[in-house]
Amino acid sequence: MPMIDRRLLTNFDWTLLGLTLVIAAIGVVNIFSATASYNVIGTPYYLKQLYWILTGLFLVLAVSSVDYHLLDDIAVWVYGTVVFLLLIVLVAGKTSMGATRWLHLGVLSIQPSEPMKIVIIIIFARLFSRYPVNSGLTLRGMGAPLVVVGLPALLIMKQPDLGTAVLVLLIAGSMMLAVGVKPSAFIAMTVAAVPVFVVGWQFYLREYQKNRVLDFLNPERSRLGSGYHIIQSKIAVGSGGFVGKGYLRGTQTQLRFLPEQHTDFAFSVFSEEWGFLGCFVVLALYLSLVLWGLQIATRCNDRFGSLLAVGVTAMLFWHIVINIGMVIGLFPVVGVPLPFFSYGGTSMVTSMTGVALLLNISMRRFMFSKN
Amino acid sequence: MTGPRFVKEAAKSEKNLLALSLGVTALFFILIMRLWYLQIIKAEDYQNLSENNRLRLVPVAAPRGTILDRNGKLMIWNRPSFSVVLFKQDVKDKDLLLGQLIRYLELERDELYEKWNKSRGRAKYFPITVASGITQDQLEFLEENRLNLPGVDVQMKPIREYADGGTAVHLVGYIGEISEQDLARDEFSHYNSGDYVGKNGLERVWEKVLHGLDGGRLMEVDARGRVLRTVTETVPAIGKSLILTLDRSIQQRAEEALGAKAGAAVAMDVRTGEILAFASSPAFDPELFSGRIPKTIWNGYLEDLRRPLINKVLTGQYPPGSTFKIITALAGLEEGLIDEHTTVPCTGSYTLGNRTFHCWQRHGHGSVNLKMALKQSCDVYFYHLADRLGVDRIAAYARKYRLGFPTGIGLEHEKPGLIPTTEWKEKKYKQKWARGETVSVGIGQGYVLMTPLQLVSMTASVANGGTVYRPYVVKKVVDQEGKVLSEFKPEVLGTTGISQRSLQLVKSGLQAVVNEPGGTGGAARLAEVTVAGKTGTSQVVKLRSGKGNPYQFRDHALFVAFAPVENPEIAVAVVVEHGEHGGSAAAPVAKAIFRAYFEGRGVIRKPVVRQGRYSSNRGGGVEPEEGSDAAGD
Repeated sequence: MPMIDRRLLTNFDWTLLGLTLVIAAIGVVNIFSATASYNVIGTPYYLKQLYWILTGLFLVLAVSSVDYHLLDDIAVWVYGTVVFLLLIVLVAGKTSMGATRWLHLGVLSIQPSEPMKIVIIIIFARLFSRYPVNSGLTLRGMGAPLVVVGLPALLIMKQPDLGTAVLVLLIAGSMMLAVGVKPSAFIAMTVAAVPVFVVGWQFYLREYQKNRVLDFLNPERSRLGSGYHIIQSKIAVGSGGFVGKGYLRGTQTQLRFLPEQHTDFAFSVFSEEWGFLGCFVVLALYLSLVLWGLQIATRCNDRFGSLLAVGVTAMLFWHIVINIGMVIGLFPVVGVPLPFFSYGGTSMVTSMTGVALLLNISMRRFMFSKN
Repeated sequence: MTGPRFVKEAAKSEKNLLALSLGVTALFFILIMRLWYLQIIKAEDYQNLSENNRLRLVPVAAPRGTILDRNGKLMIWNRPSFSVVLFKQDVKDKDLLLGQLIRYLELERDELYEKWNKSRGRAKYFPITVASGITQDQLEFLEENRLNLPGVDVQMKPIREYADGGTAVHLVGYIGEISEQDLARDEFSHYNSGDYVGKNGLERVWEKVLHGLDGGRLMEVDARGRVLRTVTETVPAIGKSLILTLDRSIQQRAEEALGAKAGAAVAMDVRTGEILAFASSPAFDPELFSGRIPKTIWNGYLEDLRRPLINKVLTGQYPPGSTFKIITALAGLEEGLIDEHTTVPCTGSYTLGNRTFHCWQRHGHGSVNLKMALKQSCDVYFYHLADRLGVDRIAAYARKYRLGFPTGIGLEHEKPGLIPTTEWKEKKYKQKWARGETVSVGIGQGYVLMTPLQLVSMTASVANGGTVYRPYVVKKVVDQEGKVLSEFKPEVLGTTGISQRSLQLVKSGLQAVVNEPGGTGGAARLAEVTVAGKTGTSQVVKLRSGKGNPYQFRDHALFVAFAPVENPEIAVAVVVEHGEHGGSAAAPVAKAIFRAYFEGRGVIRKPVVRQGRYSSNRGGGVEPEEGSDAAGD
């Protein structure tokens, strides 16, 4: 039963919340610089980001006060609802043509592909917590999970939102790895993936989606877009040097050479102004966050909670690696935000929900040792 | 919740998690190494780059694919056009510069400032296009004064060049600068403002194929804007070309025949569904849309009662008038209500309850059978027949010809027309169908609406014995070298299932319309080929009163036809808006189209005057031998 007793408070994971807030605070300071050259009418971005952080904290309070085992019970319903919404989006999207990710319900607008990132974690945790797994997943055991992740992934890809679809698949894949996959099954999957990819490419993807994948693999292919952004971003990062050019003094940033500099390329602004030292600190903070998440998974005494923690950590991890990798030219440009750091309410809400789940699991870790 | 087996598994999953932690740390280490490489090892290079960051992006637009007719004659190709762009980073005195541009290039002040302001959120090395299609004088002026205009550059863009100032403009559409709405859409995520994009017609539908892949050069320039080196370069890939089903010479003759009249003429190969001519009149000048359209011309287009911007073939919905009698007649024959001997006395009017319906021939046609009724377009005969059939049975036969639905020609905004039924009226007006309304439907008036495209499709299906083809306009997609990338084949949508006997009876009536004395379509008669057709006049307003009507209240003239009767090849539909009589206004247009088609096939010899390429028309030099021959044939 959900209840706040004193033991929950004493077990509250201040380290995790602290790490998160420190990163978010650096993020706000950075957004201030990134948008200093903007001509903003109304509330400035850094303030709005602060409001989003506050919203996130309320979420943390709400989510961590309810025992996460509730999620185990409602997992199937939540999954079903979101998949249903994804279907609706596709149907409603047809009437308005082009890509539609938003669903308008009167005053409320929702984008069901974003919560899917969290929902896939919950449903997978439920699924695997009931699996009799001793020596890893067999090929047969992987059937159900592949269907469970495949359906929403295909629907999201249809929208089309390749970035989110890939993230959902990465999260699911990481959780399967954490559960353990038999070497034979792993090899079989890899071999099977090839024909699936070929068939999907030939018959499932539409022309412009193929183009997008090709652009993804080779940014020089698309003309004015990604290639030039990457060059400007690399100039910003590289010219930062060891100690950086100083706060509010990044020329690339202030002269507006950077694309999307307060959202997806926020880290490139930071790199220019704070240099290698600053980057090292932020990366260390992120690494701590991820490792701490895995630690929570390890310490958790029930399988559902442990898997939940792994999933959330995987979600944060992939966002971090893909975003930073893109900014420093390791990966092609994809619209993936840096958690707690990039400006944006959607990303903040999703990431904070993830942290709230981790806190929830962390503070209830002793509740089942006595059973 | 979980059983005791959990304890056994705990150790196992702990091992997995440890492995994950190591993997995570390793990936972070790679990120750090990369940062080390960029920020420590390469720092100096990048610092230099950032200090002299004078990168300019010069987009190189891909030449659009050309559009050719079925015989490979060019209809649309490209020519270079010059536009003026600004690089904000190099502009020293904004107001001075913009002032100069406004003076020299004759730009609108507000528009220019709006363009400047709109570019605010974008990276500084993106050029802003401020003027397109500048003249040779302006180009020279800019080149000469380049050093005094820092930040200004001229870029070449290929734009469309149209054969004969544009043929089939409504079908092929036009291109123009991409709109803000389009830019926001996902499918145009690759485009930048100032890019040309298909706005409608085939240019729009086939945008992806025609556009090609734009390229670009990222260049480093010095403070004066001189190029130091090219950083990266992407070569543009030329767009694919479309080979249409259209025949340019037929198309031209159709347009000539329509002249300045408002209307539509469309021709289709009855054996395939290929569209041979697609003319909507009056036409507009497609080139106006790729530069700035002068307001006066634009307003002229909008105010013209003949609506030049409307694609009348595809979106004009007209009551088919007497051309619809083909359907009524077929329904009557198939339902066994009439045969070739059935006669109806036409007294000039038909009375139903307290309403009287007049025949167009007020004095009456006397006793008429089916053939005579079609030939003279007797309304009373069809009033009788329609009343016996009822509207739903007529609609059922219309639907066999797929009327009331878009034909699916593959162009945006196609209209479906309307075939009314009792159920339709119930739904739409919450009213019962009145018997008198059926009588109107029987002669193609009342609620019935058809597009010229549907008229030609119906005629083609009558001509070919009952196959309904999907009309199509694009025959092939080819690349620059002429290699065929995709080819489109005739698509059968269905068959009407109407007996050959009934069809033969109707066809002989249609043949009489054109070829027998007293037929309403004599104006389409050709000596060399037997044409069959049906005239139609569709009322625009209920009250019909003599000639002196203002233009917009005059009746529409229609004519549908096919030829040769013995072995049909081509079907034609013509609508002349407010042309009053199908026989006099529309039939001659069809005749011109048939003539062009059969000249091309060698069935009719070309009079030399038509061959403008060899002898100038203006010179009046008709070469004697051939000219007289043609007349004699």
